[in-house]
Amino acid sequence: MMSVINLPKIGVWRDLSASRRREALIGYLFISPWMIGFVIFFLGPIIASLILSFTRWNIVGDPIWVGLDNYATIFGEDLRFKKAVEVTLTYSIFYLPLEVACGIGLAVLMNLKLRGIGLFRTLFYMPSVVPQVAAALVWVWMLNQRYGVVNTLLKNVGVQGPNWLGSPSYVLPSLIIIALWGVGGSAIIYLAGLQNIPEVLYEAATVDGANFLQKFFRITLPLLSPTIFFQLVLGLIGVFQTFTPAFIAAGETGGPLQSGLFYMLYIYNRGFISLRMGYASALAWIMTAFILVVTVLVLRSSRYWVYYETDRSRNK
Amino acid sequence: MMAEATFRQPTTRKALLDERQIELVQKILGYTMLIAVAALLILPLYWMISTALKSPRQMFELPPVWVPNPLEFNNFVQVFQEVPFGRFLLNTIIIVALNILGELFAVTLVAYGFARIRFPGRSILFLLMLSTLMIPYHVTLVPRFILFAKLGWINTYLPLTVPAFTGSAFLIFLVRQYMMSIPFDLDEAAYIDGATRFGVFWRIILPLSRPALVLVVVFTFVGTWNDFLQPLIYLNDPNMFTVSLGLSFFQGARETNWNLLMAGSLLATIPPLILFFIAQRQLIGGISIEGLKG
Repeated sequence: MMSVINLPKIGVWRDLSASRRREALIGYLFISPWMIGFVIFFLGPIIASLILSFTRWNIVGDPIWVGLDNYATIFGEDLRFKKAVEVTLTYSIFYLPLEVACGIGLAVLMNLKLRGIGLFRTLFYMPSVVPQVAAALVWVWMLNQRYGVVNTLLKNVGVQGPNWLGSPSYVLPSLIIIALWGVGGSAIIYLAGLQNIPEVLYEAATVDGANFLQKFFRITLPLLSPTIFFQLVLGLIGVFQTFTPAFIAAGETGGPLQSGLFYMLYIYNRGFISLRMGYASALAWIMTAFILVVTVLVLRSSRYWVYYETDRSRNK
Repeated sequence: MMAEATFRQPTTRKALLDERQIELVQKILGYTMLIAVAALLILPLYWMISTALKSPRQMFELPPVWVPNPLEFNNFVQVFQEVPFGRFLLNTIIIVALNILGELFAVTLVAYGFARIRFPGRSILFLLMLSTLMIPYHVTLVPRFILFAKLGWINTYLPLTVPAFTGSAFLIFLVRQYMMSIPFDLDEAAYIDGATRFGVFWRIILPLSRPALVLVVVFTFVGTWNDFLQPLIYLNDPNMFTVSLGLSFFQGARETNWNLLMAGSLLATIPPLILFFIAQRQLIGGISIEGLKG
């Protein structure tokens, strides 16, 4: 990432010649759409959101300053907040490792040097192109307790299928299955990582008599760790933003016993159904702070388990 | 990994045969796994299509019918009669088209500015732009809603389209990286011939950036077409709904007609799928770039 932003120093305005100033002005003109958008749709709303989080406001009338009341309520007596955090974290703990494992597994399959592999790559990637609403809907239908194809297939192998989206303990597993269906999207990124691993390493390992598993754990996995790391950070941020599948499959209020009350769904409920703008802003800020802290922790921990080829590039 | 077998030195004829047999077994094993996984991943799509072609009676038959008989193509007509699905499609196409237009306009200009024009503060502004990618969008959801409500934009397409004209940070990053790889000699030669900065942008950089622009179109199309949360928040009038939003209301409306719902879902899936097939090569290449930036 750092190499991307290392640009040559240009100097400050007063040191520039007339033609350089002209160039700079043109430059600002070119990037002005983004700058305008940044101020109006990003910076402004972020500041507004922080201020709003200290108010009570139902959008009509004026916001009432309540200080830290929203935060006190959220951490003190808000049971739905606790539920939303619990649901989102439980889901992350199970889903993220599964996503990495299935993503890599799929990528290894996609990387097999067999005839017609292109067709399989396409087939594996296809589900991740299906719109989230359509994907969630087909799974709701497939997971139907009585008429669903999933329970029919389970019955064929002698298993009594559960009432997937109707029973609190199976809502999260259902949502994990739905999300894993689209794992081809991250598999493509792992595939790119796999293809960057020099073939020589495998050949050398083969000469030394390494078997498939040894090669996978000693070569593939370490060299893939930067990609895994990148995917984990993105995945984590993604889970906290999960909304559509939960809304469609579990329902607007989070399903039976709110077992599918994802954090984002809770913000939506507070902000756009009960119209408590201040409270919803406070919820959003807590989440953002949490994501930033976790991201920094993951970044910090990365040097212990992510292998970067820095030494090699230094010798070039 | 399949080639590794040839690396060992076959000493006898018998050993050579064994290597070939191993290779064959590996091949069979490979294809078996590929086919099994493919079948698993294609099943939901198959089930969507199969349900979309069932009559109401066959839909609830037990055990479930795998191949509907007769094929009820009429379901696809009925979707348009039961709900204003034609409207949904048209609305979505309008919103998607405006988003593509907006992103193409803003992303190319901004990316060119960041890639090839020197101005004080460029690195800081670029870093600032990248940092916006790390902030989850839901922090701005509530204040953005309030902003658009105060502007009177609720139940219009403006909240869903205007922001595109300021460019998405991710797409700007993608195109900027691409523009950086175009040789600077081209610009220099054009300036000597008296070209303006906009001329260089329009005549040289833009045509050469075509592969990156295809990605902008694809990502914007898929992202906007699939978006659910924003239409849900900003649109109240069913006649203005997008396909995704319309489908979700169709689901909740009554005793669910799964055959019609699946027919609608299939119609919603086909456009992004077609686009994926058209742009597959560039799309997968582009995603690899994204994967490597970390």
